[in-house]
Amino acid sequence: MDGMATVLTLAELTPAAAEVFLAAAACVILLVDTFLPEKRRGWTFLLSIAALAGAAWVTSLIAVPERSVALYGHFVADPMGTVLKLFAYGAAAVALLYSRDYMARRSLLRGEYFVLALFAVLGIQVIVSAGSLLTLYMGIEIMSLSLYAMVAFDRENGIAAEAAMKYFVLGAIASGTLLYGISILYGVTGTIRLDELGAAVQGPDASSIGLLLALAFIVVGVAFKFGAVPFHMWVPDVYHGSPTAVTLFIGSAPKIASFALAMRVLAEGLGGAVDAWQDMLIVLAVLSMAIGNVVAIAQTNIKRMLAYSTISHVGFILLGVLAGNAVGYRAAMFYTLTYVILATGAFGVVLLMSRKGFEAEWLDDYKGLNQKSPWFAFVMLLLMFGMAGVPPTVGFWAKVQVISAVLNVGFTWLAALAVLLSVIGAYYYLRIVKLMYFDEASGREALDAGGGFRFVLSLNGLAVLALGLFPGLLISLCGYVLP
Amino acid sequence: MITLTHYLMLAGILFAIAVAGIFLNRKNVILLLMCIELMLLAVNFNFVAFSRFRGLLDGQIFVFFILTVAAAEAAIGLAILVVLFRQRQSINVEELDAMKG
Repeated sequence: MDGMATVLTLAELTPAAAEVFLAAAACVILLVDTFLPEKRRGWTFLLSIAALAGAAWVTSLIAVPERSVALYGHFVADPMGTVLKLFAYGAAAVALLYSRDYMARRSLLRGEYFVLALFAVLGIQVIVSAGSLLTLYMGIEIMSLSLYAMVAFDRENGIAAEAAMKYFVLGAIASGTLLYGISILYGVTGTIRLDELGAAVQGPDASSIGLLLALAFIVVGVAFKFGAVPFHMWVPDVYHGSPTAVTLFIGSAPKIASFALAMRVLAEGLGGAVDAWQDMLIVLAVLSMAIGNVVAIAQTNIKRMLAYSTISHVGFILLGVLAGNAVGYRAAMFYTLTYVILATGAFGVVLLMSRKGFEAEWLDDYKGLNQKSPWFAFVMLLLMFGMAGVPPTVGFWAKVQVISAVLNVGFTWLAALAVLLSVIGAYYYLRIVKLMYFDEASGREALDAGGGFRFVLSLNGLAVLALGLFPGLLISLCGYVLP
Repeated sequence: MITLTHYLMLAGILFAIAVAGIFLNRKNVILLLMCIELMLLAVNFNFVAFSRFRGLLDGQIFVFFILTVAAAEAAIGLAILVVLFRQRQSINVEELDAMKG
């Protein structure tokens, strides 16, 4: 290895400044919260949003157009990382804003919730910036451990505890499998740094039996974290069992981390073995799109339905990744960012509909939403069109890009299958639109969400339309960071 | 003479026992936690063996991190287990079936 007798200076940590800032901020907020009286809990919320804004400020301050490393190459800052981190802060801040009323009405608005969310974002940052398999593992665990605790946050709720247990056990198996793959990879190549790995895994070496074994374990681990079929068992139960605010959080920012995980390990570290992992990802993508879309039709609980919809979207993201070239990675990144916006909005509407003692989790609860609130019925319509991939929403462009990426590398059958399955998937999204516009509402309860929530949710819905009408900005952003 | 292969076989067997334990055990959630620990320890075996036989240090450092994370993971797992037990008065794996679909 390198001569490591040098002393670490503070300046060398500059690429990791945003992570250092957020970790320190989370610790300070935890302390401040301890001394706040119950009725001042709003301060913790404001401080958490400020911490995320501060992290975004630091991230953009240190952003450089080229790749820079810290901690002997174990930490990487590059344009892709910067963009993914900024989206993660945004998604997390919006998720916290949406969940505030919901948690307060259920007496769950405690400081730990915000601190856990901030630590989960820290984990996402570390995954996004991982320069070695060790950093990657640390990031995954920081994020996952925070998320397990968030799922179990409502201690009076039996199914939340059950969901947390399932999430914990399956998440730990995923980490264990990933680690086993990493250990074999380390044995075969002698390095845990992703850049050295990328140089070592080339040519004929890229198909040795040891490497294929490591690859199989790593792909299984990544698929578990993504929630791709056949490693999706935890997704419906965790989405269903968690408090809706936590479902929203898990459904949004961590997807960015999953994408970054796939990019760092498969594209950067194991790019030379693309032929080997391409076949594995094809199986995962086809199964995810098929089972996600078909099983979602049978759901009557909107959280479970959105969970299966997530599984199908993961299939589409994997389509982009499996293309194995820059065009595919860009398409997958575009799809991931789009999906984060859509999922945040969709769960935001579920939170908007919930009241004290009432979870708007059944499809029938959405009957006649147009009579209660024409505007939010329209926002939900935009979000559902976006998920189904109906033009002119941004979801359409996301699907077009991943499908043309697989067409580019010659998988015509795969592209045709993806189109077919997204048509099947459109059914259950449009069913919600039908319920909202053409069915009679059972009750006449007005929505009682605050002004800030309504405003941001409206922006969220309009973003789906605006990015669909002007997709060039996001497309060129993805093109810029993944040349 | 104990070679690298022996260590890798042992780690592989431990890992397989852990995975089998997770999927075969239908009785007790604590056994699941033990299997998860065993899984991580099997990985540690791999890392230490590779580190020793290839003369590299990274693997041993990785093990320190895994051990630390495993402790944190066990803490979270047991905390969730306590919440679950308070709700159900049971830690039977087969009773974790409130959600279907």
